[in-house]
Amino acid sequence: MFARGAVVALYQPQWGQVRNMATLKDITRRLKSIKNIQKITKSMKMVSAAKYARAERELKPARVYGTGALALYEKAEIKAPEDKKKHLLIGVSSDRGLCGAIHTSIAKTLKNEITNLSNAGKEVMVVGVGDKIRGLLQRTHGNYLLLTFKEVGRRPPSFGDASVIASELLNSGYEFDEGSVIYNRFRSVISYKTDEKPIFSLETVAGSESLSIYDDIDADVLRNYQEFTLANILYYSLKESTTSEQSARMTAMDNASKNASEMIDKLTLTFNRTRQAVITKELIEIISGAAALD
Amino acid sequence: MFRARRLLLRLAARPPLPPPRARGYADPAAGPVPMAFTFASPTQVFYNGANVKQVDVPTLTGSFGILASHVPTLQVLKPGVVTVYAEDGTATKYFVSSGSVTVHADSTVQVLAEEAVTMDMLDLAAAKSNLEKAVSEMAAASDEAAKAEAQIKVEANEALVKALE
Repeated sequence: MFARGAVVALYQPQWGQVRNMATLKDITRRLKSIKNIQKITKSMKMVSAAKYARAERELKPARVYGTGALALYEKAEIKAPEDKKKHLLIGVSSDRGLCGAIHTSIAKTLKNEITNLSNAGKEVMVVGVGDKIRGLLQRTHGNYLLLTFKEVGRRPPSFGDASVIASELLNSGYEFDEGSVIYNRFRSVISYKTDEKPIFSLETVAGSESLSIYDDIDADVLRNYQEFTLANILYYSLKESTTSEQSARMTAMDNASKNASEMIDKLTLTFNRTRQAVITKELIEIISGAAALD
Repeated sequence: MFRARRLLLRLAARPPLPPPRARGYADPAAGPVPMAFTFASPTQVFYNGANVKQVDVPTLTGSFGILASHVPTLQVLKPGVVTVYAEDGTATKYFVSSGSVTVHADSTVQVLAEEAVTMDMLDLAAAKSNLEKAVSEMAAASDEAAKAEAQIKVEANEALVKALE
């Protein structure tokens, strides 16, 4: 009746694919490892909470300082002329992961900006503050990376760190006309937003028409002022960035601990069920063995 | 009835409005815009948008005092004393290491100091010994960079000693 031939589909029992019911030992092992993970994530959350409290406290004066430094650019409405070609992007993040979408949001914004600016015909270079930025941009946009900074995020940032970044940038030899600092602005414990603040080069500011209302400025003073403002803006973005990162890490570790407890509950139930099943099986064997003797 | 109404209207319309007050040459300007003064260091905020009478700042081009409606300017601070005169006349002094001062057209003033401390945090004896050390460092400095650094230390310590005496 069946046509002879190899076309007939034969049901093959599949080896190795069938999962036996997990033994008690497997479940115990899984349970132990998940409990360890929960302890780790809980302690990471505590550490992040402490660092976050300190970062938020230090952010308050840093915000006043940063808004003061940016006030000139806003009030004088300095804008780079359209034909200026050289652009600089500074992405501020850190070295360490496990903090949610902090690094990827900066990298995404950077990649979008690079594409937009390149399409508009401008020359773009990127400075990455934090090893994660380097890691995320290296493969696809490696040739745009001008400088990267490591050892960011281990200690709370100080003004000295910002001035090191500013001086390396100014000594790098890349004569940018305008640029922006991309950082995560802290909004609240559970939310942050990726934000952009402008920076301008000495020539752009000196050539800006609205600067003429400022009296008695000579080139030396203006250069000094500009370099100081650059360090100020970097300091402000570093402070905001750290606070956002610590709060995001706190949230991420908290979620991880919650997920781990959920898994522990489910596994404990499975463990108890399995244990009871094992006991029942032994009883059945004994009883049927005894019944067979009768 | 109409007559009464017309009379009422006339009475109501009677008092003429005073003519709009034109400003004569002898009148003062529209009123001084109060100074919104912000004075901060990276770690501490001393004044934030406060209303003060006058601020004296030491800059690279000399010391000058800023009152409300000062002409807009950008300056760089040099080590020295910033004196803030509050509305009631009390003066508070701070020692600043360096920084920038910005006066805008709308009478907002930002003094951003890299390091700023109140005078009671400073010790004259320590300042004098630091000054001596800095002078000897400058004499012993070999290359340009070290010489420049030592020079900066000497200037800062000199200003400190001068401020405390």
